[in-house]
Amino acid sequence: MKLTLKIWRQESPSAKGRLVAYPMDHVEGDMSFLELLDILNQSLIKKGEAPVAFDHDCREGICGSCGFMISGIAHGPQKLTTTCQLFMRQFKDGDTIVAEPFRSKAFPVIKDLVVDRSALDKIVQAGGFISARTGSGPDANAILIPKEKADKSMDAAACIGCGACIAACPNGSAMLFTSAKISHLGLLPQGQTERHQRALRMVSKMEELGFGACSNHGECEAVCPKGITLEFIARLNRDFLVASVVATKEAVKKV
Amino acid sequence: MAGMLAFYHTTVGKKIVMAVTGVMMFFWLLGHMVGNLQIFLGPDKINSYAHFLHGGAAEILVVVRTVMIIAVLLHILAAVQVTLANWAARPVGYSVKKDIETSYAARTMIWTGPLILIYLVYHLLMFTFLKVGPGISDTDVYRNVVEAFQVPLISGIYIVAMIMLAFHLWHGAWSMLQTLGANHPKYNRLRKIVATGLSVIIAVGFVSVPVAVLLGFIR
Repeated sequence: MKLTLKIWRQESPSAKGRLVAYPMDHVEGDMSFLELLDILNQSLIKKGEAPVAFDHDCREGICGSCGFMISGIAHGPQKLTTTCQLFMRQFKDGDTIVAEPFRSKAFPVIKDLVVDRSALDKIVQAGGFISARTGSGPDANAILIPKEKADKSMDAAACIGCGACIAACPNGSAMLFTSAKISHLGLLPQGQTERHQRALRMVSKMEELGFGACSNHGECEAVCPKGITLEFIARLNRDFLVASVVATKEAVKKV
Repeated sequence: MAGMLAFYHTTVGKKIVMAVTGVMMFFWLLGHMVGNLQIFLGPDKINSYAHFLHGGAAEILVVVRTVMIIAVLLHILAAVQVTLANWAARPVGYSVKKDIETSYAARTMIWTGPLILIYLVYHLLMFTFLKVGPGISDTDVYRNVVEAFQVPLISGIYIVAMIMLAFHLWHGAWSMLQTLGANHPKYNRLRKIVATGLSVIIAVGFVSVPVAVLLGFIR
């Protein structure tokens, strides 16, 4: 099939970007979106032009490296799918596809479709850890965890930190990401020690980085390739509210 | 106090303030609506209710009004601050952006809000301060209402305002439960039903009065 790709080209963080149209012939349905970009880049290199820069690593939908807006939807039209696992069979002959970088004040564009998502790492650094003793490994069932809690925690831990939730949110809010990170630890016994401090510090770091607020639109949940639900945002709200009421000065301290 | 400020400093805290004040306004609206519906029971019923509010219950009314004014101001303050933060969070927009899940009501909260505020000022000037509209009687609430709503323009403004209010409440009711942390897979369907039901009941309850006057059921 034939497609037209309109791709955001931006030389550098400070350069002015624009959409450039690339007609693509001989597109196979079994190509992934990134493979299509690989082919485009080969032809650009042959012509002596700069290839399109985009993030990718595992290309099997588990690492969270890839991702950009595909015709207005983060990771494209297929649900529960990362960009690398989006195959061209999802599109029709003659389609025009617009590829733009994730947009957020906290995600400055580095080049073309690549954005700097280290803001997400800073949120995790603020509280995404537990205190654990060092030394030999603990006995397998020394700490009993109800099955439902373990499952729910795993659901939250499925977050790969791709940033699609922020890109899709009309407010550029990082609540879905932060709530997943707060919840997967907060649901387990091992995560209780820092539970209040974690909610306060991660939320305050998230605010500081310039992300917007949650208006409960649900756009994040709709594009999340790992199916993280709004339930975790409600959990963040509960944890934050309780922590604000009971927290000591030490816990609120800036990090 | 420092803890309170730190709490309010975050948008999560501001949203919780908006949710709590929203719940207060919800209950207040329900009370107001039930009060209004007494108009269907005739002039004596609603006029004696008005006299009771300003006579026997005058002290309670002062307290309720003060609390509601504070709630409205906090709701507006938090809404404006949160919205400004949201607008600042995406300085460069998309050339193509598709909405998948969000609703018209959710996207227009920041516009239905101020429009309802303008309506509220108009409404207070008309029926609380008796400065605008044909109603001028200090004692006959029933006549004030009937004479005002017999003017199609005034009825129209009220009906449109109540439809906007319904939109605001529809997303608001669902949203405040989420913000207060009330989300459980078992009850989420119920949550949407309750939000829709409440906003429809409130809008229909309020709209029924001008419609009844226009149709001549109340004269």
